[in-house]
Amino acid sequence: MELLLDSLFNGVAIGSVLLVAALGLAIVFGLMGVINLAHGELMMLGAYTTYVTQLIFKLPILKPFYNSYIIVSIFLAFIVSGVVGIILEKTIIRKLYGSPLETLLATWGVSLILQQFVRSVPLAYGTGLVISLIIGLFLPTTFPSKIKESINFKYFKFSSWIFAALTGVLTGSVISSTVSKLSRASARNVDVTAPSWMRGQVEIIGTAFPKTRLMIIVITLISVIAITLFLNQSSWGMRIRAVTQNRQMSDCLGISTEKVDIITFGIGSGLAGVAGVAVSLLGSVGPNVGGNYIVGCFMVVVLGGVGNLLGTVLASFGIGIMTDLIGAGRLLSIWPDMPLPLSNTINFFATTSMARVMIFALIVIFLQFKPTGLFPQKGRMVEN
Amino acid sequence: MTLSKIKFDKKIVLSFWIILIALIIAAPTLLPVFRLNLLGRYLSLSIVALGVDLIWGYTGLLSLGQGIFFALGGYCAAMYLQITSSSEFPNNIPEFFALYGVEKLPFFWEPFRSPVFTFFAIWTIPALVAGLIGFLVFRNRIKGVYFSILTQASLLVFFNFFNGQQKLINGTNGLKTDVTLLFGQMVGSESMQRMFFWLTSILVIAAWFFAKWVVKGRFGNILIGIRDDEPRVRFTGYNPVIFKTIIFSIAGGLAGISGALYTVQSGIVSPQFMTVPFSIEMVIWVAVGGRGTLLGAILGAVLINYAKSLVSEALPASWMFIQGGMFILVVTALPEGVLGWIQGDGPRNLLQRFGFKRKIETYPSLEVNNNEEN
Repeated sequence: MELLLDSLFNGVAIGSVLLVAALGLAIVFGLMGVINLAHGELMMLGAYTTYVTQLIFKLPILKPFYNSYIIVSIFLAFIVSGVVGIILEKTIIRKLYGSPLETLLATWGVSLILQQFVRSVPLAYGTGLVISLIIGLFLPTTFPSKIKESINFKYFKFSSWIFAALTGVLTGSVISSTVSKLSRASARNVDVTAPSWMRGQVEIIGTAFPKTRLMIIVITLISVIAITLFLNQSSWGMRIRAVTQNRQMSDCLGISTEKVDIITFGIGSGLAGVAGVAVSLLGSVGPNVGGNYIVGCFMVVVLGGVGNLLGTVLASFGIGIMTDLIGAGRLLSIWPDMPLPLSNTINFFATTSMARVMIFALIVIFLQFKPTGLFPQKGRMVEN
Repeated sequence: MTLSKIKFDKKIVLSFWIILIALIIAAPTLLPVFRLNLLGRYLSLSIVALGVDLIWGYTGLLSLGQGIFFALGGYCAAMYLQITSSSEFPNNIPEFFALYGVEKLPFFWEPFRSPVFTFFAIWTIPALVAGLIGFLVFRNRIKGVYFSILTQASLLVFFNFFNGQQKLINGTNGLKTDVTLLFGQMVGSESMQRMFFWLTSILVIAAWFFAKWVVKGRFGNILIGIRDDEPRVRFTGYNPVIFKTIIFSIAGGLAGISGALYTVQSGIVSPQFMTVPFSIEMVIWVAVGGRGTLLGAILGAVLINYAKSLVSEALPASWMFIQGGMFILVVTALPEGVLGWIQGDGPRNLLQRFGFKRKIETYPSLEVNNNEEN
């Protein structure tokens, strides 16, 4: 019993990382039909945001609040990845709607650029760039409507971008002069240390459970609840669902599909940032951190059925529990005296990488019976 | 001045071939050994690119898992070389087995003692594996991006498997072919490398003709039909599954040949051939060269890889930016690739922008009346 519980906990822990990483992807892929291969790199940006936030909170002014940096970094990561996602949508993905294979290639290109960017640009200036992007995008929207509607609005916009650029350069240089760790570019991995209240373990029904894992489960839970509420209760959520169901009809009824696309992509990317915070708690952060998760995330989305959050949730926990069962060879300890060939097989797959082999093989077999995942979208069309 | 579509007449085609063959024969004397070896490697990569063009450019299947078949071909060739030159090692098996305490050659490597078997295995095994994967996927009408994702997942399955199995295939370290013997000569030696270069060049041309033959005629028409409107092909009475499986396994076989040639020229095969970025790179060679043009795939593979090695030597950090930019540029600005752009309206549009008049194709009756031409 205890073993089973242990296995369940571990599985849920693995699954919740997968879920928080796949959630944004499920939204972008399910609602917009866009394959975002840069999702992993948006996660990486979130993880680096956590790292930068941590170092900034070590400065003397912010030192008293150091313990709460992780909470702050969740919001910051959401904003940073979200803004990068919005810019991605505005510049590249917008041109490619309706051709998912092209978005796949283009976003792969973006992911290469983001990876190399993190390697060869000092994090301080990277932070400055992100700050200027945020200001440049959002400052014009705060202007009073009188200015927005005037002919000269483009000049206001232009000057706000100049202001944003100046602020970015200023913050970049301030950060690089105060935090020495951020002033040089490096391809080396960095480590995020959890604040003291998150270290150690808690006992739940007799099983020791690391607090960071628990934190990740909490983050995942909050993200899932928030996104479900947003999609089902808010007016923008309703518009997003409407555009998903019938884009042309929604357009005719006066829904700005352009805005809906931006918001959907922004939220999906922002969730990737939140996933990045979770991932940064698990191990060291490097330019390739996102690449380790991206294929697993896609498998979650495919297995769960596209455009269905419940499917995503079930699929990620299913994969998580299976990974733990197979990877740790737990079936063997639950049933110690099984026949030799069977136990040999289980031992063969009882490593992390071989468990992955097994899981992917199982998913491919599963898709033989249910090609559209656990919860397929219903429709009468030949093609979707 | 008016411009019309570029046409190649027979003389130009003939002279192109003469120049090409002269270049292939002369290359070993013109280029230093290092560059020649690189060129040979990139030429062998162009065979896998041809396969990608067949399945993506003609059939519309974007596979992100061609690395599987590429590496399988490489492993077949490398294992044969390792086994044949292992006579001085204990138990007459390749050296690395001793490191992991393996005393007997694993049974599935047994047939690779025979050169004839290996010769066939290099392309049939990848083709069979591709056929199997393809059939399982296509049977369920999984297509589009789902196909891409599934091929990528299969790639990871194979990568993890090959990476983790030290006792069977030397795991992460891969199999070295540099110091093995073939026909009594060292594979890594200069004369052998020159021979491999010629072999690769001939095979590239052969593969090109083969691919041209495949896409010609009714078979090719059905492939293009599947790309453009698959349900319509199905409703016309053809079963797309069979055609897709066949073309996917052809592409797999080509990838296997390519992998074997690449392995003997680079001196090693390792699970690194099955990483995700490498398989996506194959797609970008075709995309930049021009999908659905065959020649574009060859040019793309050779030129991009050559550019990669030149840029990486000069400015190591910038290649990722260039490559990423290339991905974005090719889908947003040049969807038909460079060759497609040249063959299509690209140059004429460009010249028109500089003030050259463009010959407009009209109905003959209208052409007589000058007033209606604009």
